[in-house]
Amino acid sequence: MAGGTGGGKTIMATREFAAHEAHAHAAPQGFIRKWVFSLDHKVIGLQYYFLALTAVFVGMFLSLLMRIHLIWPNVHLPILGDIKPETYLTLLTMHGTIMVFFVLTTAPQGGFGNYFLPIQIGAADMAFPVLNMLSFWVTFLAFIAMLSAFFVAGGAPLHGWTGYPPLSALQSAGPGEGAGADLWVISIALFCLGALMSALNFITTTLDMRVKGMSMMRMPLTCWAWFITAILGLLAFGVLFSAGILLLLDRNAGTSFFVPLVVVNGQLAAHKGGSPLLWQHLFWFFGHPEVYIAILPAMGLCSQLVSVFSRKPIFGYKAMVYAMLSIGLLGFMVWGHHMFMSGMSPYTAFAFSIMTMAIGVPSAIKTFNWLGTMWGGRIRLASPMLFAIGFVSLFVSGGISGPFLAQPTLDIPLHDTAFVTGHFHLIMGVASIFGIFGATYYWFPKMFGRMMNESLARWHFWLTFVGTYCIFMPMHYAGMAGQPRRYSQFTELHYLEKLIPLNTFITFAAFVTIASQFFFIFNLFWSMKYGKKASDNPWEATTLEWTTATPPPHDNFGGHTPEVFHGPYEYSVPGAPRDYVMQTDPTTVAAH
Amino acid sequence: MGLVLLVVIWLITFISAYFFIAKTWWLPTGASAAAAGIDHHFATTYLVMGIVFVAAQVSLGFFAWKYRDRASAPPARYMHGNNMLEIVWTVLTAILFIGLNLMSSSIWASERFRAAAPGATQVEVTGMQFQWYFRYPGPDGKFGATKPELIDASAGGESAIGLDTTDPASKDDVVTGTMVVPVNREVELILRAQDVIHSFFIPNMRFKQDAVPGLAIHMHFTPITIGEWEVTCAELCGLGHYKMHGMLRVVSQEEFDKWLAAREAEKQ
Amino acid sequence: MASYTPTVSVDAPRTSTGGNGHLPPRRYDGDDFGPPSFDVRLRRARLGLVVGLTGIVMIFISFSSAYVVRQGLPTLDPRTNALLHDWFPVPLPRLLLVNTVVLLISSVTMELARRQAARRTLAQFSSVSGVTVCAKEEISWLALTVVLGLSFLTGQWMAWRELAAGGFYVGSSPSSSFVYLLTGMHGVHLFGGVVALLAAGVASVLGRRADSQSIAVDVTGWYWHFMAALWIYILCLLEFVH
Repeated sequence: MAGGTGGGKTIMATREFAAHEAHAHAAPQGFIRKWVFSLDHKVIGLQYYFLALTAVFVGMFLSLLMRIHLIWPNVHLPILGDIKPETYLTLLTMHGTIMVFFVLTTAPQGGFGNYFLPIQIGAADMAFPVLNMLSFWVTFLAFIAMLSAFFVAGGAPLHGWTGYPPLSALQSAGPGEGAGADLWVISIALFCLGALMSALNFITTTLDMRVKGMSMMRMPLTCWAWFITAILGLLAFGVLFSAGILLLLDRNAGTSFFVPLVVVNGQLAAHKGGSPLLWQHLFWFFGHPEVYIAILPAMGLCSQLVSVFSRKPIFGYKAMVYAMLSIGLLGFMVWGHHMFMSGMSPYTAFAFSIMTMAIGVPSAIKTFNWLGTMWGGRIRLASPMLFAIGFVSLFVSGGISGPFLAQPTLDIPLHDTAFVTGHFHLIMGVASIFGIFGATYYWFPKMFGRMMNESLARWHFWLTFVGTYCIFMPMHYAGMAGQPRRYSQFTELHYLEKLIPLNTFITFAAFVTIASQFFFIFNLFWSMKYGKKASDNPWEATTLEWTTATPPPHDNFGGHTPEVFHGPYEYSVPGAPRDYVMQTDPTTVAAH
Repeated sequence: MGLVLLVVIWLITFISAYFFIAKTWWLPTGASAAAAGIDHHFATTYLVMGIVFVAAQVSLGFFAWKYRDRASAPPARYMHGNNMLEIVWTVLTAILFIGLNLMSSSIWASERFRAAAPGATQVEVTGMQFQWYFRYPGPDGKFGATKPELIDASAGGESAIGLDTTDPASKDDVVTGTMVVPVNREVELILRAQDVIHSFFIPNMRFKQDAVPGLAIHMHFTPITIGEWEVTCAELCGLGHYKMHGMLRVVSQEEFDKWLAAREAEKQ
Repeated sequence: MASYTPTVSVDAPRTSTGGNGHLPPRRYDGDDFGPPSFDVRLRRARLGLVVGLTGIVMIFISFSSAYVVRQGLPTLDPRTNALLHDWFPVPLPRLLLVNTVVLLISSVTMELARRQAARRTLAQFSSVSGVTVCAKEEISWLALTVVLGLSFLTGQWMAWRELAAGGFYVGSSPSSSFVYLLTGMHGVHLFGGVVALLAAGVASVLGRRADSQSIAVDVTGWYWHFMAALWIYILCLLEFVH
């Protein structure tokens, strides 16, 4: 695309007509422009990160209340009072929604992706800084809308993060299904818009702003992960947005996209002819890519950390790229595996199940490659690496239960049981979170100029690693024994009574694990002020963010453009003076 | 630290595996014809995936210890991978995963692709917030009409499902809150929902199917053991989801006939 | 791929370039870290538009699939336990055809506006002292496009009123729901385009830099053409797909 408009003339680039946009601007002055409506991708990245941090504490608190209620259904809590069954379902709905959207889709991509994608490819900022700033504030607004659902008449909705109609479409179907549910849908719609804007920026930046020498196949795997995640988001969030609009219309405008003729609370609802399955198809067409959006950045980071801390090139860089691309592509073809029991055609179900088994293959390849990177390495077990190893372990555990659920025959007893809850929590609720933790410990020195405390980091790692296994592994046993999901208590069915001790164990494990996060939060804020000062490259890593000052200057590289000569994983190169060769190092000659 | 990692990862792996192998908490007793096949396939999947699980975690722990950085360690091997190895393990994994699924496909086909056998006991199941109702067609073999306007949940039974008593086919319909079926005979269920999505789940029968408003879903299973089996709802349906349960009684054919006749008699 | 050879000299350790060693073409911003040039910014803006349009396409694909599914969906009539089809297409107001013509004309004026803005930017690059390009008064094609766009939207509103007068509201029937939904969503997106044009027009009246405006108008121009094509698609979907 040579610049010609009108007549096909090539426009000669002349410096004096360069823009006042993009990066000619000097660093902004004033608190509002610098910290509130900043256009700097680093500040925006931190804004996303701290939004996610707030959201994760809200989400964790909700899950704490849930676990308390399951074991002590009649306990009267200080301030909050009794947790009624409908309250439990509200906690569950908001926990899932907040965690999936405002933590897992926000911190890895909006947080770390925004901060480090431009730097790792050598750019001065994202392609569209104003759009970037808007995408954060739209997401923030979405979070406010979500939280406000708690405070309206009727409270927050109880229909689960999956929001299946007619339960989510009828104001009378349950407490919280009034204004609270409307706010929930509006919040999600806003989130979709923010995500689409962000995806636009990530894709354009990756394709168009790589510095000289940074071919696609020399990008760190984190950049590939952010790029593919952005493509998934671009294609998926529009579908969720549409579903949300249709749901909002069903709820408020008398349409019947999703609601057939039903009688709720003794009243004939003013709907007919709609299909609840239509929602499920639209939602899961988004929902399945969404879970890959939640995990891919963590996979990219894991590759990064395993290579840096094993002092060894990543095993099978190309295979890793193709695996992520396959996961992205196949991720759009498997959504029906959430619907095996839904009333969907069993033939369609079978087709979806084959695709689902297929998607297990690239995930397995990635695991083999992480193991292959560690094999023969010289592993430095610093805190980021502990979390990377923890990630691999948790990813394996969570992934192994996938092939059970992917087979419709086995899904018959397992669907909608605690087995599913255990499966997705191990992958999303722990492995992906370990990605966020690992990224924090790894990039903290670059962002804040100081190291986080290693002892506190270790306490955090061990307690969280063992604790989350104690919480989520037992859920698989409970699910096999037939414990359904989303039950606010287990006192009504005889066959569930023997599972109460197991659930008690889970609750106590949750207490310990949630409490352990104190180590992380304290470490995070304390180290910002009192941590040991960090050098520019404390981990001796090769990628571009470690070539620049700590923290990076406003334009990332202090006025000069980097140039790249190598791939991102040149560790322990025979004959090189140190056991790492920076991507920007011109003195080491490339093999070919 | 490397050794601690190895020990912890191995312990987690072996303890988790122990509880799976020991079946401390396991699938409930199977009481339907399909249960044996499903349980067998479970076991196969467990074996295969269990081996993968243990192998991956054991390697992870082992490598974290063996290749740890220490003064006496050799430099890391400079290599970018091994294409042959990639191809081999990709193909093997694909064969394993897809093969497992294909192995279970015959069970899925027999459960879902074919319709119920003629002569099956027909039961219409209606889910509503927060109760299951069961309707038998009676001697005429036809289900009478239902009308949404006639639904009155508080009156229970026939009114709860909105049975149109003016329809002649409704005269012999029996509506109950407990499902009773004869043993060793296929049961055909017609699943309906009145308000929101519910899911009819009988753990012991390895039976689960969503009941969706606006649809009448036909499904079947064959009970092979006499007894009382709990029925639950497996799709979030509102605040009473946790207590939406019912009971399935599997009885001998004679007892079923007597029971049904008694219910018909009550209607006169 | 590098191979480990014991005889490699310390001065020249071999690394992998990553991948197959193909370096990217010279598409980057130049040698220093200064602001990117006009052609780079235009290319980047157009790339951003293509990406953004992909997202918008997915929204309309979802609505289209919901439309097709809903059409074919039989409903269970609880009275008879039989499956019925309840899709009755809404007769579309003729006004929609008039609006279509207006939109297509606006696409022509939009293209003229896009070229006009580009010419104005080029003029700044190639000005010769004593002579300026575009001295004569020109029709502002941009203003005309805005007027036509707003006319289209007004016409859509009137078409809605006509439907309502005929008893077809948003919730009246599945087909009427989709008519309002699809035309409404398209209208919202087109309105976004109108706002973008207005912003560019105001900026140029205020004497802001022509090159930024021409990028904005260029991108909005392609967006506008896409919206016109999308409208044709929606019209065909509503009219012909039963």
